[in-house]
Amino acid sequence: MDAVTTIRGTAIPLDRADVDTDQIIPAKYLKRIERTGYGPFCFEAWRKDPDFVVNQPQYQGASVLLAGQNFGCGSSREHAVWAIQQMGVGAVIAPSFGDIFRNNSAKMGLLTVALAPEDVAHLMRLAEGEPSAAITVDLEAQTVSAGGWSRSFEIAPFVKQRLLNGLDDISMTLTHADEIAAFESERPPELPATA
Amino acid sequence: MAGRTVAQKIWDAHLVRQAEGEPDLLYIDLHLVHEVTSPQAFEGLRLSGRQVRRPDLTIATQDHNVPTDTRLEPFADPLSQQQVEALRTNCAEFNVPLYDTLDPRQGIVHIIGPEQGLTQPGITIVCGDSHTSTHGALGALAFGIGTSEVEHVLATQTLPQAPLKQMSIEVTGELPNGCSAKDVILTILNTIGTGGGVGHVIEYRGDVIRSLSMEGRMTVCNMTIEGGARAGLVAPDETTIEYLRGRPHAPAGAGWDAAVARWSELRSDDDAAFDREVLIAGDQIAPFVTWGTNPAQSAPVTGAIPDPQSLETASARESAERALAYQGLEAGTSIADIAIDRVFIGSCTNGRIEDLRAAASIIGGGRVADGVHAMVVPGSGLVKQQAEAEGLADRFRDAGFDWRDAGCSMCLGMNPDILSPGERCASTSNRNFEGRQGPGGRTHLVSPAMAAAAAIAGHFTDVRQL
Repeated sequence: MDAVTTIRGTAIPLDRADVDTDQIIPAKYLKRIERTGYGPFCFEAWRKDPDFVVNQPQYQGASVLLAGQNFGCGSSREHAVWAIQQMGVGAVIAPSFGDIFRNNSAKMGLLTVALAPEDVAHLMRLAEGEPSAAITVDLEAQTVSAGGWSRSFEIAPFVKQRLLNGLDDISMTLTHADEIAAFESERPPELPATA
Repeated sequence: MAGRTVAQKIWDAHLVRQAEGEPDLLYIDLHLVHEVTSPQAFEGLRLSGRQVRRPDLTIATQDHNVPTDTRLEPFADPLSQQQVEALRTNCAEFNVPLYDTLDPRQGIVHIIGPEQGLTQPGITIVCGDSHTSTHGALGALAFGIGTSEVEHVLATQTLPQAPLKQMSIEVTGELPNGCSAKDVILTILNTIGTGGGVGHVIEYRGDVIRSLSMEGRMTVCNMTIEGGARAGLVAPDETTIEYLRGRPHAPAGAGWDAAVARWSELRSDDDAAFDREVLIAGDQIAPFVTWGTNPAQSAPVTGAIPDPQSLETASARESAERALAYQGLEAGTSIADIAIDRVFIGSCTNGRIEDLRAAASIIGGGRVADGVHAMVVPGSGLVKQQAEAEGLADRFRDAGFDWRDAGCSMCLGMNPDILSPGERCASTSNRNFEGRQGPGGRTHLVSPAMAAAAAIAGHFTDVRQL
């Protein structure tokens, strides 16, 4: 994973609640065995409507996605995170997120920033009224700012350090291989085995 | 020591490492793998020169892509074929046991874990699939993960996890006649909403839950994620123990006695603290039908589609309006007046033998209504065999149902079983999201009995009146 520090750019105001991962990337695209190439299919069904916000010319090139509550609910497909990132978005700001989507985002370096509903609404109105307005998500400072407006957000310190340093989870865990082996040696013998 | 919940006890018993400023590192007892969320994980292992640490705690099967009309290969869809083959290659290369497409044990990953006795109380289970919560029915801590985490578990057999909050959902009283486990969970979702469980693990308690069979509890735990919680569980009891006795991977001999002793102690302490407690009275439960595009947008079959303007928040109103526009429905329409084109009976929610028995019992002398296509897809090869041995398959076929091979099928439309745009389906699956069963398709979630009744009537009908 690449290190993530600051995401700065224009924002897409996707003012819908409960955006599920089937909308973000439909199941038919999960048949691919690669990690890349998902961007063009992000929000595919909704993008068939030329007026859909993601299609509007003023939001092309945006690097922030604004959304309603419970964004990313539904399936565990990490392809949803890949699709959003491959569309050029580096941060999603919403009042709340689906748990698995949020975990997957943290693994991939997509920032999921939870702000109070009224703060998300403020940014939504800003992006709608002034599409060229830049929003900055500063991970180090844990702030979201736009013009003179600023709010701080929460993130687990461990996740923050991982993202800032682009650390690989598996390598970190493997430094504890002795502890894993010690745990394994104590497991009850009757636990299930597949082979 | 303060009282602990079942989930906290399982968590504590799987701590490989706990350190200030780090997420807990949990040991994973069972890793279920399917063809859709694993290829990039195996590729990651290959690129970094890593092995699967514990193939003996890992089991793979193909379920999402497989056609249900034939097992002959190559499949019509070359991408599905490629993904199914990729799993074969990966399992062979990394020594992971695979229930391949022609193995009678093949089936939906959440059906086969319990069926084989691999799913057991007190263990940790993960899978790259959000419906892993199903396995909580046996008192396991089981949750869905993404592909990066799949790779992590393959490589280390552990997972770093931040602690979850504890939530109790107690369903008191008795399950009303004519209602099923599906109606229990649809009622719960209607009460707590799609985000009600975010950040929590749910323990289902109360007399209604205790009265459910093991398979019924699986239906309830399966849809936990639809309320936003990654894991839901039921403390093990005599029903759990009897379900596991004699299953292929259940312990035997002295191991069985040791396991039963361990399982019997696994319950939440009386003074365990829950961060959130929800109480649902059994008499609130009725045969539910979803009308919208999330599983909480539902009404009893005797009810009507609500007026979006009557809903409390602006967000709920907008969401309902969008849903009705997508579904081609109008506020005030009686649920029983909604006509359907398709029926899907199956999925990890309702593809087990008891579900098929419940659906078949509704048929009586009836036939699938003219103009309706009704499909029955058993959850595993073994469920299929049993349904055929019991004569259920013949009853379905004789009544005009389409009897298929095992797989996820029309639950998510990754194989050829999909709705056409505008088609309306009574489905026993778990998600009614826009386009879930095919682009433009319209899904209504119901129980197996309600789906069978709708197939015969051509519209939703109250199974309690049959």
